[in-house]
Amino acid sequence: MAVGLSGFAFGVTSAGSGLTVLQTCALSLLVFTGASQFALVGALAAGGNPLTAAAGAFFLGVRNAFYGLRLSQLLALPRVVRPFAAQWVIDETAAVALAQRGRRQVRIGFAVTGLSLYALWNLTTLLGALGAEAIGDTDAWGLDAAGPAVFLALLAPMLKSGTERAVAGLAVLLGLGLLPVLPAGVPVLAAALAAPLVLWAEGRRQGGRGER
Amino acid sequence: MSVWIAIGVTAVGCYVVKLVGLLVPAGALERPLVKRLAALLPVALLAALTAQQTFADGRELVLDARLAGVAAAAVAVLLRAPFLLVVAAAVVVTAGVRALGG
Repeated sequence: MAVGLSGFAFGVTSAGSGLTVLQTCALSLLVFTGASQFALVGALAAGGNPLTAAAGAFFLGVRNAFYGLRLSQLLALPRVVRPFAAQWVIDETAAVALAQRGRRQVRIGFAVTGLSLYALWNLTTLLGALGAEAIGDTDAWGLDAAGPAVFLALLAPMLKSGTERAVAGLAVLLGLGLLPVLPAGVPVLAAALAAPLVLWAEGRRQGGRGER
Repeated sequence: MSVWIAIGVTAVGCYVVKLVGLLVPAGALERPLVKRLAALLPVALLAALTAQQTFADGRELVLDARLAGVAAAAVAVLLRAPFLLVVAAAVVVTAGVRALGG
């Protein structure tokens, strides 16, 4: 349902950014990864050139490759099925599937989440695009806070130990600190470096104590 | 037309990265370091995205009603509220603060 809310918010934002209803729905059907879609329409609305706008959206989508990396092992899908499953590899399906125990549960979690979110995301995008004019100023309705709240709710269960918290903290600093100086989309990728940096620091500390 | 180009490039690019993740041989994940890294990367990306979508206005950092909304969402998360309630808290509080002129 939270995805429905942000799907609606995306439809409204996209239509408000000057995209047609058809273009807005094409994005949700074909791209189906919220952060990238929001980034793309934001960049286009700001007058960005189509390829730069697409590059920013693509960089945001790169994280899905890492979700796929983890999911492929747990799902153990036949190779012919993978191209069809790939479109559903997103934050939410990864979070749900990775929280399951056992291959059967992981597959069910992935398929149910993927199907229901795909249907819901596209339906609410359409409703949002159509309702954009009726709603007027989406910010007045607080819909711009839906995105970060979704990300926060996905992130929270992952913060299991000090390592995860250190990575999250460093990523926030990098993501915010680099935002004013790097092109749109790049600071998020730079923030991803928090993961190897914290692992490296941890390895060094343990190596120093001779605990390896 | 240029909007359709952007949509097409984004769609192909985002699909390919999703597929690549699924097609990488399982052997690449056998090493513990790669496993740790793959588990920590979503943590870093989600944390950065949360922060940026809370504070970013274009390429500037601002404090506005979204912060109150996301703080409400954080409280909801700490109280182990369901997903929908977390997002609803953010939306309602943000709208409320804006309505009060925040």
